[in-house]
Amino acid sequence: MTWTLVILPLLAAVAAVLIRSDRRRRALLVATAAGHFALTAICWIVPPDVAPGAWVGLDAAGRLFLGIASLLFLATAVYAAHSLGREAHGRQTEADTGSVFVNAPEAVFTACLLAFLSTMSLVAASRHLGVLWVAVEATTLATAPLIYFHRQPSSLEATWKYLLVCSVGIALALLGNFLLVVASAAADGSDGTLLVTELVARGADLRAPWLKAAFALLLVGYGTKMGLVPMHTWLPDAHSEAPSPVSALLSGALLNCAFLGILRAHSICAAAGLGDFSGGLLVAFGLATVAVAAAFLANAADYKRMLAYSSIEHMGLLALGAGLGGAALYGALLHAVNHSAVKAGLFLLAGNFLAAYRTKTIARVGGGIRRLPASGLLWLAGLFAIAGSPPFGTFASEFTILKEAFAPGRTAVGVVALAALAIAFAGMSKAFLGMALGRSPGDAPAEREAAASVWPALALLAVSLVLGFWIPSGLQAGLEHAARLLGGGTP
Amino acid sequence: MNNALDMLLVFLVLTDLVLLGSSRLRNAIRIAALQGLMLGLLPLLAHGHGFGWSAVLLGAGSALLKGFVFPSLLNRALRETNARREIEPLVGYVASLLIGMGALALSFGFGARLPLPWPAPSQWLVPAGLFTVWTGLFLIVARRKAITQVLGYVVLENGIFALGMVLVEAMPLLVELGVLLDVFVAVFVMGIIVFHINREFDHIDVDQLRALKEPAP
Amino acid sequence: MNAASILHPVLAVALAPLLPGVINRTKAFFAGRRGPPLLQAYFDLWKLFRKGATYSRTTTWIFRAGPIVNFACLLAALMVLPLGRVPAPLAFAGDFILLAYLLGLGRFFTVVAALDTGSSFEGMGASREVQFATFAEPALLVGLAALARQAQDLSLSAMYAGLSAAVWSQALPLLALVAAGFFVLYLSENCRMPVDDPNTHLELTMVHEVMVLDHGGVDFGFVQWAAAVKLWVLGALVVGLFPPGATGRPLADLAAGLAGLLVLAIATGAVESCLARVRLLRVPQLLVGAGVLCALGLLLTFR
Repeated sequence: MTWTLVILPLLAAVAAVLIRSDRRRRALLVATAAGHFALTAICWIVPPDVAPGAWVGLDAAGRLFLGIASLLFLATAVYAAHSLGREAHGRQTEADTGSVFVNAPEAVFTACLLAFLSTMSLVAASRHLGVLWVAVEATTLATAPLIYFHRQPSSLEATWKYLLVCSVGIALALLGNFLLVVASAAADGSDGTLLVTELVARGADLRAPWLKAAFALLLVGYGTKMGLVPMHTWLPDAHSEAPSPVSALLSGALLNCAFLGILRAHSICAAAGLGDFSGGLLVAFGLATVAVAAAFLANAADYKRMLAYSSIEHMGLLALGAGLGGAALYGALLHAVNHSAVKAGLFLLAGNFLAAYRTKTIARVGGGIRRLPASGLLWLAGLFAIAGSPPFGTFASEFTILKEAFAPGRTAVGVVALAALAIAFAGMSKAFLGMALGRSPGDAPAEREAAASVWPALALLAVSLVLGFWIPSGLQAGLEHAARLLGGGTP
Repeated sequence: MNNALDMLLVFLVLTDLVLLGSSRLRNAIRIAALQGLMLGLLPLLAHGHGFGWSAVLLGAGSALLKGFVFPSLLNRALRETNARREIEPLVGYVASLLIGMGALALSFGFGARLPLPWPAPSQWLVPAGLFTVWTGLFLIVARRKAITQVLGYVVLENGIFALGMVLVEAMPLLVELGVLLDVFVAVFVMGIIVFHINREFDHIDVDQLRALKEPAP
Repeated sequence: MNAASILHPVLAVALAPLLPGVINRTKAFFAGRRGPPLLQAYFDLWKLFRKGATYSRTTTWIFRAGPIVNFACLLAALMVLPLGRVPAPLAFAGDFILLAYLLGLGRFFTVVAALDTGSSFEGMGASREVQFATFAEPALLVGLAALARQAQDLSLSAMYAGLSAAVWSQALPLLALVAAGFFVLYLSENCRMPVDDPNTHLELTMVHEVMVLDHGGVDFGFVQWAAAVKLWVLGALVVGLFPPGATGRPLADLAAGLAGLLVLAIATGAVESCLARVRLLRVPQLLVGAGVLCALGLLLTFR
């Protein structure tokens, strides 16, 4: 069952390379996404049994992150099937830089997209940190060609940075894994393990200094992939240069996968009684990330880069929530769901803006609500969703995290986080409002937008809206279960 | 047996130093290949008593990949990109060597102080591994060409592989092979990207890759 | 302290000019020539010592003192230098530092004498000599320190005396590294091939020969003799690193050491025949490389 989730997209990826017809390949993409989503839904309704020593299996946390990835992939696949048809063939000119480029073959793009889904599923289902490492590195490799879909110098630069920075970061995480084995092994070097359940069960028997070093390396390694400051440098480039559906997946699903790796390591530390150490590190990285991202958001010039920095900011919030522990961990998990839905929706909308205006510069986009009525309206709604204002679910989740941050004794953490959020909100609202309401450059008439380019974003934003009012009992139970599993509590 | 392991580790450190001081790309690729071949012997020497098939398989796979496949990939990239053969460092060779000596001393100091719970196969395993990791990072940071950065990544991975020998029994073979596969694909993809960088920019100096940044406020 | 120890410095002074002869004969053999006679250096010395010296009016006593002081320093260095397993006549804790500084003092006077001529040509040679020494001297000291740590003794004779076959099998990496480093130093300090080409005499790339161009007659004789002794001193440092261990009979040890030097001279000739001189800019890299080898050897002693 669990393996099907990994193998199905992989087979589809192979098929995508072989299929000649673009139309059929796009159908295959959507069908695979739908099939994967259906399987994930079944896993949610009837949780599959996991053998205690199995390397691969879906526990509550894995199920949660798998659910996010699968939902996002379905929405993105529908969008991508449409947007791929929208891509011009042959030589094109980038409006902002004036460079001439062609697209990568669509078959390669689709295949990499499907392989990406497969590797993400494996990340979510890994219960062995070695397998987790292999899967996370595989996501890097599967996504690198996606970022270089538009074959132009800027996206090449982004791809190179992404590939190199993330690969080196992940290599350090491998070192962290080794240290974890040392921490868990018996005095003669035998019996070391990387099974998460086994490590959690050994708890206080682990060697504390080695565990600490291992956690630091894992945090740096997976933190690179997650976009924590100061290892975030590649992220704005990669997420802004990738085609919009890919950006949506990178920001919404892939960052979460890296976060899951950190959460697993954190849960081991918590079980060993080192929760204060690992939590402290997470809080420090989280706060720095939120603050730096807010500073960049205050003065954004490129709306896709702005969304990328917003992702960094929210990853900082997630790290903060995980580090604070208790109910904040629950809040972080809920926020992961909310942020993924909203951010993916926003990137898809940004794709619509890019297609209509042919520029990523904020100052050259205006009057979106007249020219693209549906996208423009959703864009405005997305501003409130991403800023965490009611009635969207992001409000509830951010509130849960911040409430914990304002707990007695660490008010400063809460103040810094809140101030950063306020700055980020101010900077983003300036950009969002200008794009949706401001003066339109030229007098382009309102365009008819295709359903496939609007509905996925609408659905994703609707998910966050619904979560603001009502969390389904199944999801609620899953969230609470996952939070307890990862060493946190529930509100 | 142990003496052979010691010699191997000293050779590993020497190849790192040569990499730091070498100015020819082709030469550097050859040295890295030699390093990969030596690392293939490491699992066998580090665990003389076990001599299990897993150690043999791991060593052979690693030697094949790092000793033959990677060098040929990199040489191919070098040939196709018509890159200038000089490495063109950001930090000069002599300075690199001297900084390397400092890092080497630190690695030895760290390795001596590290309280390994059980004795490592050789007391030089940890310092040599750490220094190789450092060399890889240094090559990535202080060299200008994309190929040298790939080379640095390979060396970094070599160092981590060497460090992993402290606990080869605990790390399951399947995972190790997965790691090898990932590294292989990573180098493969990097090689392709290097090729594209050459086509887009007419050279493979990464200091030209600086278009993407925040505009000045 | 025995007869062999006393005999060694005497033999060194007497036999040192033989080494360049052996090297030249080897090189001639590789080149397919007959080459100069083995004793050519002695003939040269004999010729020079019968000549008077001419001194430029611009030079001072420093110029005259240079060759003599250099020669004296090397003679003093022979007193603390063990050859193979033969201990030196003088041995005390820290004598390896004295050896390094005696070599340094000799170099200093050679350099100052070259500068004293006021010729830009000799100044250039002096500048190069000092530049290379900046890298070579630390390497020598670090290598000797590695040996001292290995032997747990601060005297050169004790360091070399303990290097039996058993020690070799135990500390193989360390000794191999230091030997490699010392061999590079031996080549560069004596201005041999990869650093300097002893065959060419008026090339702008020369180091040692440039500095001594203005010396003539007896002075030049001492310069040549000192160069041969220096070859011996640094050669002994390399040769001593190799087995075999002490036989117990001092004279046999001495013979073994002399044979080692002979082999080293032949090896030098072979190396010089195979190598081309490296670019001047690359010489510091080579010397840093030697220093790195020695330093790695030193690090290996910290267990």
